[in-house]
Amino acid sequence: MPREVEPSTIEREFVLAALGQGKRVDGRTPYDMRAIDIQLGPAYGLAEVALGKTRVVAKVAAQVVRPYPDRPNEGQFQLNLELSSMASPTIETGRLSEEEVLVTRVLEKAIRQSRAVDTESLCLLAGEKVWSVRVDIHVLDHYGNLIDCATMAAMAALLHFRRPDVTIIGEDVTIHTLEERNPVPLSLHHIPLCISFAFFEQGEQLVIDPSYLEERLQDGDMTVTVNTHRELCALSKAGGAPLPSEQVLRCIQLATAKGAEITERIQNAVRASLDALLPGGQKGSGGGGIGLDR
Amino acid sequence: MAKIILPGEQVDVFTVDDTVDASLPVCLGPGLVQSETAVHAIQGGLLRSQETARHWWIESNKKRYVPAVGEPVIGQVTSRHAEEYRVDIGGAHTAVLPALAFEGATKKNRPNLKVGALVYARVSLADKDMEPELECVNPSTGRSDGYGELTDGFMVHCGLAHCLRLLRPNAAALTALGQHIPFEVAVGMNGRVWIRADTIDHTILGATMITRSEHVYGDMTTALTASTELDACRRLVKQLVQQL
Repeated sequence: MPREVEPSTIEREFVLAALGQGKRVDGRTPYDMRAIDIQLGPAYGLAEVALGKTRVVAKVAAQVVRPYPDRPNEGQFQLNLELSSMASPTIETGRLSEEEVLVTRVLEKAIRQSRAVDTESLCLLAGEKVWSVRVDIHVLDHYGNLIDCATMAAMAALLHFRRPDVTIIGEDVTIHTLEERNPVPLSLHHIPLCISFAFFEQGEQLVIDPSYLEERLQDGDMTVTVNTHRELCALSKAGGAPLPSEQVLRCIQLATAKGAEITERIQNAVRASLDALLPGGQKGSGGGGIGLDR
Repeated sequence: MAKIILPGEQVDVFTVDDTVDASLPVCLGPGLVQSETAVHAIQGGLLRSQETARHWWIESNKKRYVPAVGEPVIGQVTSRHAEEYRVDIGGAHTAVLPALAFEGATKKNRPNLKVGALVYARVSLADKDMEPELECVNPSTGRSDGYGELTDGFMVHCGLAHCLRLLRPNAAALTALGQHIPFEVAVGMNGRVWIRADTIDHTILGATMITRSEHVYGDMTTALTASTELDACRRLVKQLVQQL
């Protein structure tokens, strides 16, 4: 397995020289993100998102389990990130890399701890039966900025997911198949999205959505998690060059603008995919149900 | 029409029609091995041949480089030793570049490469049981033939099939680019391409052209004619010139 090699002197000098003139080596300006491509379906809750050449697949699955005794009224929600050597030959399978830990932590903070999924609505019978929702995120190609791509995929998959409908009569829980009853969407509080920045020249220079090369050359990075309600859900900055407060505020503003754009694209993609999945007459409960519980 | 071959498949390279001189020896290229009497594919791809010369090989696109003797590669110096440099060429093992394998190098007068420098070199030894070796000199003439340290410019990565296309004489992507800007380029067979132009803007244009032109060709089974290929590349350069 080839080891990760530091970028060459030529690459380092050229990237920095280009940034000094406000240009990036892939032809973008510092505030451009790479092209986003969102593919959904054919199954409910399956999303493949490409951010430039970075590609991530997310799949949502739900099953009925017994709740934790200390939280009898709450369903369960898990995030699971798979970063294998398929993504990049420098990643070793079976060994938890520092990057994997970091990405998982930011994702947990962005989606789980910001309470994007309403876990209380996942309760069927208090203390007896709750839904356990799991999002599996697989990285197919790692060309930089995994975090943003993974959150986009996870949120698109959660918006697209439909769980089977249930009827509860007393203590009896009946789970209807997809043929019997239209499946129902998850209740989501908001759509958090991560926007990452890389800093150069001791925090002076800033680029959004860093590529793999930029990630390896950066002096520091910061990930801002925002939603369309102009709320700052999380902010992570694990080491790197210190930043002046204006720079942090600027990042948050940029992230809010980008976040709104991406949210709209995800919602449109989900709507289009569900319209295609559901036969015409059933749109009412399916396609229309993307609205947020708020 | 090229045939799709899967790894392990037996390939018939011996049956010939009247147009081919049956006394010529069969020559096997990348992806094919002889076992006892039959020839098998050891990688998936398209079976290509030059039947009149009885040359056969498999063409496929990969991202992982496996060194082969004679191929030009771009390597990055990872460490310096008394008699040699260790160079990363993107393969499974680092390659060895002897300090004397340069034009005019002697014990007293040898090149001084820093860690992190890029070199354009030729694979001089590729054995499955040994580390690959490189050289920056043509051993028969003692000339550098364009090999050596690369300075300034920028390096991009692309698929191995695209590198092969760029190495062809009159490669469409480079010809089209050359009509807009002057540049120097070094194409390694290991998926790395170095480019240098007069300004940063032009180098960025060249670098984006090289990576983006990988996708003008569509999938490998539809062969483009030389002129449509060039037209497609010209359109791409124009588009990039406007964008950047």
